[in-house]
Amino acid sequence: MSNETKPAVEMRGITKRFGEVLANDCINLAIPAASIHAIIGENGAGKSTIMNILYGFYSADEGEIFVDGDQRSINSPREAIALGLGMVHQHFMLVETLTVTENIILGAEPTTGIAIDYKKARARVREISEQYGLKINPDARIADLSVGQQQRVEILKTLYRGARLLILDEPTAVLTPQEVHEMFAILRGLKAQGKTIIIITHKLAEVLALSDHITVMRDGKVVGQLATPDATAEKLASLMVGREVLLRVEKAPAQPAATTLEVKDLALTDKQGHAALSAVSLVVRSGEILGIAGVEGNGQTELIEILAGLRAPSAGEVLLQEKNINKLDARQRKQLGVAHIPEDRHRRGLLLPFDLASNSILGVHRNAPISGAILLNQKFIAERANRLVQEYDVRPPNIALAAKSLSGGNQQKLIVAREMDIKPNLILVSQPTRGVDIGAIEFIHKKIIEYRDNGAAVLLVSAELDEILSLSDRVIVMYDGRIVGEVDPKTVTEEAIGLMMTGGK
Amino acid sequence: MKDSSPSNSPSPFLPFSLSPLRELLFPLIAVVAAFLVGGIIVWMVGDSPLLVYELFFSSVFGSLDGIGYTLFYATPLIFTGLAVAVAFKCGLLNIGAEGQLTMAAFATAWVGLTLPHTNPYLVTLLAMMAAVVVGGLWSGIPGVLKAKFGAHEVITTIMMNFIAVGIVTYLTQYYYKRQGDPILETLPIAELKDGALVGPHLPRMHALLAPLGINFPERLPLNIAFLLALLMCVLVYVFLWKTKWGYELRAVGISGTAAEYGGISITRNIILAMLISGGLAGMVGINEVLGYRYRYYDGFSASYGFTGIAVALLGRNHPVGVFFAALLFGALNRSSLFIDIFTDNVSKDWVVILQAIIILFVACEAVFRGGAKRLLGGKV
Repeated sequence: MSNETKPAVEMRGITKRFGEVLANDCINLAIPAASIHAIIGENGAGKSTIMNILYGFYSADEGEIFVDGDQRSINSPREAIALGLGMVHQHFMLVETLTVTENIILGAEPTTGIAIDYKKARARVREISEQYGLKINPDARIADLSVGQQQRVEILKTLYRGARLLILDEPTAVLTPQEVHEMFAILRGLKAQGKTIIIITHKLAEVLALSDHITVMRDGKVVGQLATPDATAEKLASLMVGREVLLRVEKAPAQPAATTLEVKDLALTDKQGHAALSAVSLVVRSGEILGIAGVEGNGQTELIEILAGLRAPSAGEVLLQEKNINKLDARQRKQLGVAHIPEDRHRRGLLLPFDLASNSILGVHRNAPISGAILLNQKFIAERANRLVQEYDVRPPNIALAAKSLSGGNQQKLIVAREMDIKPNLILVSQPTRGVDIGAIEFIHKKIIEYRDNGAAVLLVSAELDEILSLSDRVIVMYDGRIVGEVDPKTVTEEAIGLMMTGGK
Repeated sequence: MKDSSPSNSPSPFLPFSLSPLRELLFPLIAVVAAFLVGGIIVWMVGDSPLLVYELFFSSVFGSLDGIGYTLFYATPLIFTGLAVAVAFKCGLLNIGAEGQLTMAAFATAWVGLTLPHTNPYLVTLLAMMAAVVVGGLWSGIPGVLKAKFGAHEVITTIMMNFIAVGIVTYLTQYYYKRQGDPILETLPIAELKDGALVGPHLPRMHALLAPLGINFPERLPLNIAFLLALLMCVLVYVFLWKTKWGYELRAVGISGTAAEYGGISITRNIILAMLISGGLAGMVGINEVLGYRYRYYDGFSASYGFTGIAVALLGRNHPVGVFFAALLFGALNRSSLFIDIFTDNVSKDWVVILQAIIILFVACEAVFRGGAKRLLGGKV
């Protein structure tokens, strides 16, 4: 099958510019056949660009690509597929109303004359599924499949089209711990059967567990290439960031004091009569971080939005320092010291075209001295914004820039700065480090702990289990709009919590 | 990699600077390009483009008359341009300025006709307020419909235009017209008696400038409403960019979800924006009724409400831009008659064509920017 001496894919001297931005600077990459190769780096390091060049989405300004030892020019995904390359995107490209088979043959339908040969297609899909242990029913509707299964359909799709090399972009971002283990098993199986796999990721633990070789990218350059046995998480992180990084969250034991937030029997029923939340009760005390673990879409968003005053519950009570705040809107709650770092910073957290100064006052824009009776206090706003940008290391530190021109990490730091500046009693934090680079993650975690130590109560929601377990003092698990249990973050195993997250307790 | 390079361009929302050069560059190019294309049209119908350009400039700048009429024609367009701009800043498209100014103009005349003229200054003031209030309420209705029920403002405002014309025509025809008058207009609210205008009205520029020793021709209809329009430019600017209410209104226009997150009521701001927008449009009635005709006159508006959309578009929804765009459109109006008379084949519709070309170029901006982006290989 594959020739051991020749790499499955080799990229030499790939350079790609977007305007003045050098996205890829003379990248050299050789992927041995039948191996798993991880490409890691922070947002904007150029890892997606190099893979999009390989897959024919972009054309490189300079450089050469060799597939199985032959030089090729790949100008479109169609040509990439013809060469045996396949790509599984982070966001699935599946038609929900169609079946697995229909999705897989879409665009490559086998025909008998003009009719589609479903029988043949279904048999082929079943055959591939069995060969690689994907366990997918060819006749299932996509809408009925779990996220993990949908991802396997995507893999099946590339295999159906004859892929010998699979590129997976952040494959575990949407999976539960169990699903991650299954995915790893499948990928190892694929490798054993001679497939070559490239995964793009930023999760170091997974890279170490799965890959054979690692390429680290930073600022469009390859800054390290090493065999996985030689790598450690610390080494990889410092290569990615370009300096020593504290990976473990360092924190003193919590000193919980009085109850800050008490939620009693909260329920939310949507217009279709589906219960998004039922009988949710919890307590967050001053000086502690309560983490909510759970697969996304199990009521966490709704819970946080109700607590922040952005949604009204159907039933139940929210008490802040023993005072019922059910009737208060988002701004009134902020006055009482409820900070909210929203899960979607583009939709909720920022006015993207507005400058940093204008964004730094969102939610507190009516407070003195930010605003007088009529006029905004421009001088004070500018001074305050400059102070926040300095203190929270927002780069570039130019308050006249539009928020949309900042990187994700810097946007998030601006939001954290704005929310922490109200000296909060209660901090509602949702996905604080999503799409945020490692350096900023470290910084944001430190700030959250700093405010906890100053006596704030923190309610943390995150899809990253690592983040929940390392940051929280107590952890509750949500499934299907209910709290299904509480675990001790220091002792719980990923398997145990993963089972609870899928309702299997 | 899209967001990895922070651009150093100042944001147009920066409260301190307007970055005017950058923002005005494209509209300026659009205007110059439109004049060139307009010249080609003149040449095609067999006249000299240079003559037409010369007529344009001489009719506008060549005399006090030219300047006076240009500013007079610009006045209603400043109001409607601001009206559209304020709504737009809240993410709303007010297509109903025409109906709002029609209702407002009638209301202005109605106050003048209904109240006793014992104190004409007071009546004038009340009539002005009526214009603003009625204009505001007329667009406040679509505002409430949008905010409470999600009815699209483009549909509702345009429907309200027809209702406005219907109501006002009916009232004028059956209740406020002089017996036997063949023209559809109300009775006058102010009339000449012994060479002096008696009744509620706004003084013309002549009266205002005479004490300063400037002899501005009395026949020119330019009146105090123009100064009101200037004042509104300043007030709208201050409101939108310097006050907490303007901040909230613009926040809603950028992102409803983010505004909500910041504790800003979407409902309240949509209604507020429509009230202000309609109030500004209603001020056209002040210029028309109190400053010029001293009565409500059917069909007085040369589509000011719709031209206001073009003015706002050309002026980048910024009061300074709206002011200059309104001046340009006023100048085009002023010159159209001269161009019609002093050329062989060019009719005054040439000006309308020119306006259309300007709008076309402005609307194409995104396309041009995209083209420039491709030429420069990615980022601009």
